[in-house]
Amino acid sequence: MRDRVWIVGGLAVFVVALTAPFWCARANTKAMFHGPNLVLPANAKECIAPAETMRAQHMRLLVTWRDDVVRRGDRRFVAPNGKVYERSLTRTCFGCHEKAGFCDRCHTYSGVSTPYCWGCHNEPKAMVARNRP
Amino acid sequence: MPMMEKALTGSRRYWAWLLVLLCIIGAGVFCYLLQLDRGLAITGLSRDVSWGLYIAQFTFFVGVAASAVMVVLPYYLHNVKEFGRITILGEFLAIAAVIMCILFIFVDLGQPARIFNIILYPSPRSLMFWDMISLSGYLLLNAVIAFVTLRAEHEEVAAPRWIKAIAILSIPWAISIHTVTAFLYSGLAGRTFWLTAILAPRFLASAFAAGPALLILLCLALRRLAGFDAGDAAIGKLAVMMAYAMAINVFFILVEIFTVFYAGVPEHIEHFEFLYLGIGGNRSLVPWMWMSALFAVAALALLMVPNWRKAFLPWACILVFASLDLEKGLALIVAGFVPSPLGAVTPYAPTLPECAIVAGIWAVGALLVTVFYKMVVAVRREAES
Amino acid sequence: MKITRKDFLRLSGFSLIAAGAMRALRAAGKGTATTNSTGNPVRWGMVVDLKKCREADGCNACIRACNAAHNIPQIADRAHEVKWIWTELFAKVFPFAPASYSPDSETCGRVALMCNHCANPPCTRVCPTQATWKREDGIVMMDWHRCIGCRYCIAACPYGSRSFNWQDPRPAIATINPDFPTRTKGVVEKCNFCEERLARGERPACVDACPQGVFIFGNLNDPNSEPRQALRARFALQREPELGTSPSVYYLV
Repeated sequence: MRDRVWIVGGLAVFVVALTAPFWCARANTKAMFHGPNLVLPANAKECIAPAETMRAQHMRLLVTWRDDVVRRGDRRFVAPNGKVYERSLTRTCFGCHEKAGFCDRCHTYSGVSTPYCWGCHNEPKAMVARNRP
Repeated sequence: MPMMEKALTGSRRYWAWLLVLLCIIGAGVFCYLLQLDRGLAITGLSRDVSWGLYIAQFTFFVGVAASAVMVVLPYYLHNVKEFGRITILGEFLAIAAVIMCILFIFVDLGQPARIFNIILYPSPRSLMFWDMISLSGYLLLNAVIAFVTLRAEHEEVAAPRWIKAIAILSIPWAISIHTVTAFLYSGLAGRTFWLTAILAPRFLASAFAAGPALLILLCLALRRLAGFDAGDAAIGKLAVMMAYAMAINVFFILVEIFTVFYAGVPEHIEHFEFLYLGIGGNRSLVPWMWMSALFAVAALALLMVPNWRKAFLPWACILVFASLDLEKGLALIVAGFVPSPLGAVTPYAPTLPECAIVAGIWAVGALLVTVFYKMVVAVRREAES
Repeated sequence: MKITRKDFLRLSGFSLIAAGAMRALRAAGKGTATTNSTGNPVRWGMVVDLKKCREADGCNACIRACNAAHNIPQIADRAHEVKWIWTELFAKVFPFAPASYSPDSETCGRVALMCNHCANPPCTRVCPTQATWKREDGIVMMDWHRCIGCRYCIAACPYGSRSFNWQDPRPAIATINPDFPTRTKGVVEKCNFCEERLARGERPACVDACPQGVFIFGNLNDPNSEPRQALRARFALQREPELGTSPSVYYLV
């Protein structure tokens, strides 16, 4: 097999080329992957549920809240930690979080095409004023 | 579908026709994308006249779809042998017409991405729910019947026995699709133009005139373009049924006009006044209504005299179809909204993008009919050789 | 009289079916609405005092308040306008009230119009997705998340109370009130009796904004409520009551 050299050599080049992104990233730690840079709320330490739960379930929670408020008129939410909140994206969620510094960061980073909520729902005035430079 | 390849071989003329249709569909798609982007504001619709050409054409083509029963019923229930060659043409026409209806509804929706909400959240008290069920069922029925019988012909075996049962089921189903569509309008207490028991019978009568008119024209076209002869007997019988249906339809309109004008209730008269005379300077539908009336009278004259019916059949069919498309496919819907509940007379005229979308859907129907009929003619030709 | 077991079973079977069928028929005819006269303790309603409105002719404070509270777009093209509350000439609103010989002062004024929140609403009956429905407290609600924009409810409404978003409303809203969502193009909207304010214990925006106290809002099922007292004191009109919609909005001429 005269071609063995070429075959093995070609394979080796291929493997190196394929794994090149990992080598380059290792070498250049500055360009390494960071998670999204979130602006956490200044005025509260805990959300209505633990961060892990919220990360996984916030969309489901919002849809449940939507149907509870709009279709059943039920605005009272008792959180797992026992506190009572109003079921409202604008008042409860945006009472602490800000859209540009929090929601949009993860959504853009992970390439989630957010549903068209923002076409109708607004950020409260105070939030918008605070974000303006 | 093993017979699809029959639609892919054809003369120059065939492909040129398909190309023309595809161009029209392309224009329609472009305008629809415009509508998706900007909203229905690009149409001529308004707060007062919130349904227009889209829904009107939907109503008209539900009638065309239902008219397949005019060939299916005599053949399957009364053994009128002459219709044996053309029941399949009627069924394929019905399939194309129902698909056009679904498209008309789709382009009329403000939030079309949510269309499955009708299935996810069934509302049996809404006539639109039942319309969806009956139209989908009718599409399925006709698709099964048409393709099974066509395949049987293609393979030169007799059609399976259960097809007859399904074909007979399609008869009351055809009546039901158009009755449900009529109920969509006639159940609304607030719209005095539509709140009449005769609306469903009127719909059926005009459907049974317009549908056969189109079917006859298609048969004549097939005779000239594809050498496929449906038979003078079948076409003649269809023409007679069309004549009766048109006469009954005109009678129903006259009955409505008498009731409304003799009783003299202003709420009821207003709509007819708007249609035939105009109100307050707004005469947007007046010329169309008189044209429709003229066409209807001319059509009836041609159809009533047997010699004229034979000699001028294509003209009579065109007159019938045009008259009814104007009356049911435009005037009926718009007049329901004018005057508005608060007496406003708002003009409605479809815009260019709106017309392009409608033309695109017509082209889709024409494309489907062309492809289906090509398959039928090819299979028939093979079977007969 | 001797009766066989078979006949007895047949008789009782048919009676049960008949009784069930009657109930089913009646229930089907009733609709999504409840008449609310014996049912729910609350039925929100409004009495509009046209005499007081005439005294402040053309003030429009109610319309401005509603528009601001609900982000209602101000669209220049009349054909595409969106309105939840507006005014119309008396003769147009009550065309069959005998007005020829009545004093001009009463019949030439304008009448504030809004969704009537009917007890037997034709609009909720025809909605194919139940994007509009009647709540137990009488309010006819809209779910803008579910609406497919078919506009059947607009065709069904005998009063012209509903508007459709023919285009994206946001460009036509001068100042967005962040407390209430805007809507998107392609959905139907109408007066909602300010249900979001009622949930907070406040009164509808138009009621609060009116300097004349034209709007008397309250619970129609409570015989001692303000609207009920007003209706006892003076004769009131409704819009097209003969249609059987049973509106919750009354007009004192």
